[in-house]
Amino acid sequence: MSHIVSHEPILMKFPGTNWDEEAGALVVPTAQAVAIATWLRDNDAFSLDYCSNVTGVDYLEREIKEKITNKEGKMETVARTEPSRMDVVYHLYSMQKQTGPLVFKQRTNREQPEVESLTPVWRSCELQEREVFDLFGVNFKGHPDQRRILMWDEFEGHPMRKDYTEPFDYEWEPTPHDEILEKHQRGKVIV
Amino acid sequence: MNTATAPNYELIQQDGLETSLLEISMGPHHPSTHGVFRMDVKLDGETVVDLKPVFGYLHRNHEKLAENMSYLSSMPFTDRLDYFNSMANNWAYALAAEKLIEVEVPERAEYLRVVMAELTRLVNHVSLIGFFLNDLGALGTPLLYAFREREKILDLFEQASGARMMCNYFRFGGLRNDVPVGWIGRAREVVDRFPVFLDEYEQLLCENEIILSRTQGVGNLSRELAINAGITGPMLRASGVNYDLRKVDQYGIYDRFKFRVPYGEAGDCYDRFMVRMLEMRESVEILKQALEGIPEGPVMGNAPRVFKPNPAEVYGRIEGPKGELGFYLIADGTPKPYRYRVRPPSLINLTVLRDMCLGGKIADTVIILGSIDIVLGEVDR
Repeated sequence: MSHIVSHEPILMKFPGTNWDEEAGALVVPTAQAVAIATWLRDNDAFSLDYCSNVTGVDYLEREIKEKITNKEGKMETVARTEPSRMDVVYHLYSMQKQTGPLVFKQRTNREQPEVESLTPVWRSCELQEREVFDLFGVNFKGHPDQRRILMWDEFEGHPMRKDYTEPFDYEWEPTPHDEILEKHQRGKVIV
Repeated sequence: MNTATAPNYELIQQDGLETSLLEISMGPHHPSTHGVFRMDVKLDGETVVDLKPVFGYLHRNHEKLAENMSYLSSMPFTDRLDYFNSMANNWAYALAAEKLIEVEVPERAEYLRVVMAELTRLVNHVSLIGFFLNDLGALGTPLLYAFREREKILDLFEQASGARMMCNYFRFGGLRNDVPVGWIGRAREVVDRFPVFLDEYEQLLCENEIILSRTQGVGNLSRELAINAGITGPMLRASGVNYDLRKVDQYGIYDRFKFRVPYGEAGDCYDRFMVRMLEMRESVEILKQALEGIPEGPVMGNAPRVFKPNPAEVYGRIEGPKGELGFYLIADGTPKPYRYRVRPPSLINLTVLRDMCLGGKIADTVIILGSIDIVLGEVDR
C-alpha cells in the first residue's frame, strides 16, 4: 500500500496554508500555489513528481444544519450559511518514493474564479486544466494554451457548474417564421 | 505547453517559386485515429513542425450525468468510458465507492475481479496491437488474428455477465452474479491456450524487419517527461519507469500473486509495443494463479443498493490496461455524488503527443498515436 504523505512540514514551511480535516486536503493560497507546488516536487522529503488528477469542484452558497450542544447542555440544530466557492483539486503522488496521495487545493470565488496554473510544474495538468477552464470557467494564470477542450469554441457557459441550466436545444438557430418571415420576404430584415 | 521546440525549418526562397508550410487536418474521420479524433498538423514537406490534437466530438458530459443519479446508477455508464475495458472501468468505480461505504468484498468476488480485470487487459492489449499493426500498414491479418483471440475472451464475458462489451458486472461489495457452472473450466482452457497464440504472434511480429524499421527510434519519450506529464500504464513503463499500481497500491488481492512488471528502456514505439506483448504473458501468469486459487462462496457482500454516505472525499485508482484509471468522488450525505470525476488515462497520455511527433515524418504520427492507445469514449467522456 502506498503511504500517506504527512502534511505538517508543509504547514510549518508555508504559514499561509491550512489543512482541511474533513476533506483531508491541503488548502493553499492562490498566490503561493506555484511556489509550494515547485517545492513539493523538488524537495527530497516529498518529491511529489507526479500529478495524477486535476479537477474543479463548484460549491454553491448553501445552508448547513448542524447539531450542536448549547450552553444548557441540550442538543440544538443550528443553521449556518456557507458561502459559495470554487475549488481546484490536484492529486499528487510520488513515483520515486511510491507515496501519496496528497490532495492539494486552490480555493477561489465563484464569480470570477482565477487560480495559478500548475502546468509549468507538472505537464500533466495541461489538458486537465483546460478541461476545468472549459467545464467550470476557472481562469488559469500562466497556462500556456488555455482554450476550450471538450465543448466547441462558440459554446457559452460552463456545463459542470451546479447552477448551469441547459438550453432547450443546443443547436437552435433563429429561423425566419411568422412576422420575421414576413419581413424577410419583404426583404427588409434578416435576423 | 510547448516544451519541445519545433525543428528548424527554412522555407525555400527562390524567384518564381513560392513555398509555404502545409496545414493538414487529419481527422475526424481518418481511419487511423481510432475514433473521432483530429490532429491539426503543420508540415514542412513531410516533416511535422507543429501538431495540435483536437477532440471532444464524443463529449456527453459523463460526469454531469453521474452527479444527477444515485451511485449505483452510473455503473453502466462507466462501461461506455473505455468501451474495450468495461470490466476495468467497473472495478475502478467500485473501488472508489467502496471507500465511501466501507463494505467487505467476499473472497470469491475478489478473485473473480482479478480474473475479469486481467482478461480485460488481454483483450485490450491484443486488440491494441492489432490496430497498431493496422496503422503500420499490415492491413487485416494481424488484427484478425488478434480479434480471434479477443472473441474467445468476450465469449467468457458474455457467459458471465450477459454482454460482450458493456458488461456492467461489478457492484459495490462484490459482483452482480456468480459465474455460471463450468465457467472456470472454460476460462482455464482459454488462458492455457493463450500463450500458444502469443508465441505465434511474437514469432510473426517481434523481429519483423518492417516493424523494426518503422517503430524503433520513432516517437521517443524520455523518462523525465513521461513522469512529469503524468503518463501512466504501459506507455510509462516503456519509458523505463517501474510504476505499476498493482504493485504500488496492491488494491484488491494483487499482493497474493506472483508476477513481474515488464518495462522498456528507449521509450519508442517498439518498446511500447513490446511492453504490451510482455505484459500479456504476465497477465496469463496472474490468471493461472487466480483461477487455481478461486474459492467457493458468495460473490456479493452486504451492500445496500441505495445509500447515503457520510460527507467525505475519496480517490480510488486502479491500473487499467491503458494507465491509471481513477475516480474522485465527493459525498455530501445524499444518495447522489456531489462531485464525480473520472481521471481518464487516454486523455492524459495524449499530453505528450506533440512532443513525440515533432520533427518526425507525417507517416510516423499515425504510428505514434497508435502506440499511445487511446479510446475516444474515454478521452471525450
